[in-house]
Amino acid sequence: MTLSELRGVRRAQEEAQTVERHGFHPTVADYVRVAIILFIVTAIEVAIYYIPSLHGILVELLLALSSIKFVLVVLWYMHLRFDSKLFSALFAMGLAMTIALFVATLATLGAGLL
Amino acid sequence: MHQTARLAESTLETSTGLDNRKLAMWLFLASEAFFFGSLIATYLLYRGQSQTGPQPSDVFDIPFTSVSSFVLLMSSTTMALSVAAANRGDVRALRTWLLTTALLGMSFLAGQAFEFTDFYHRGLTLSSNLFGSTFYILTGFHGAHVSVGVLILLSLWVMAMRGQVGRHNAINVELSGLYWHFVDIVWILIFTLVYLIQP
Repeated sequence: MTLSELRGVRRAQEEAQTVERHGFHPTVADYVRVAIILFIVTAIEVAIYYIPSLHGILVELLLALSSIKFVLVVLWYMHLRFDSKLFSALFAMGLAMTIALFVATLATLGAGLL
Repeated sequence: MHQTARLAESTLETSTGLDNRKLAMWLFLASEAFFFGSLIATYLLYRGQSQTGPQPSDVFDIPFTSVSSFVLLMSSTTMALSVAAANRGDVRALRTWLLTTALLGMSFLAGQAFEFTDFYHRGLTLSSNLFGSTFYILTGFHGAHVSVGVLILLSLWVMAMRGQVGRHNAINVELSGLYWHFVDIVWILIFTLVYLIQP
């Protein structure tokens, strides 16, 4: 098999896998829409930081807003929404271990933090 | 002939049906999550416990860091556009978006260098107090990761200019993109937990 034929086979395999697994692939317009949402969420984050009346629930609001940004980047820009579930599982495993580390560290050493 | 053999090898099916390089990158990112998680946990553990030296509220400039954060967020968008261009085989767009991403990354690093210098002049050093130690270690390691990402992007851009990156090896751009986006999501957490939520 020649080099160009191999390239063709490889591309065809990749495209077939993409269509089969993903069914959908984000367009440039999708990426721009996500960017606009990220901009708006960041602007809200900074705005509420300066609103004294919201300081009682500042931590909860900021964590929720940063979670939205985190999830948007992971699902759309890192393609976990469209990619194999195995990739999601690997990343979730890392996150779960990180959260466990957080809880263990702050609960045992950080008196009053948890 | 050597190139043909390499391509034939990469065409072989894996037991998972997935590209092993991509699988390895996700495993690496999972370990990186653990690494940054430990640094953030350490920062939170010692937060508000500094007896001397500048406190976060004395040195942080939220509007400035907000702009830096926005620059890094937008670099994720341009990186996603790079990957899309590579998958389409649009080499011209690929070169443009790769260079834009690298420039945005360098802008973020310039902002971080300015911020560190400013903090240093205000008396916050690596050894001035617990806040200084944990803050510089955490954000310094993140900055080092961004620097590595910029080097990868510039290498890809040079290769793209030479016609060595295109649709046939778009996976290389995709893997670099995964790393870049990861660096971005780590900053999303640092910006919120370190800068916005202060003791």
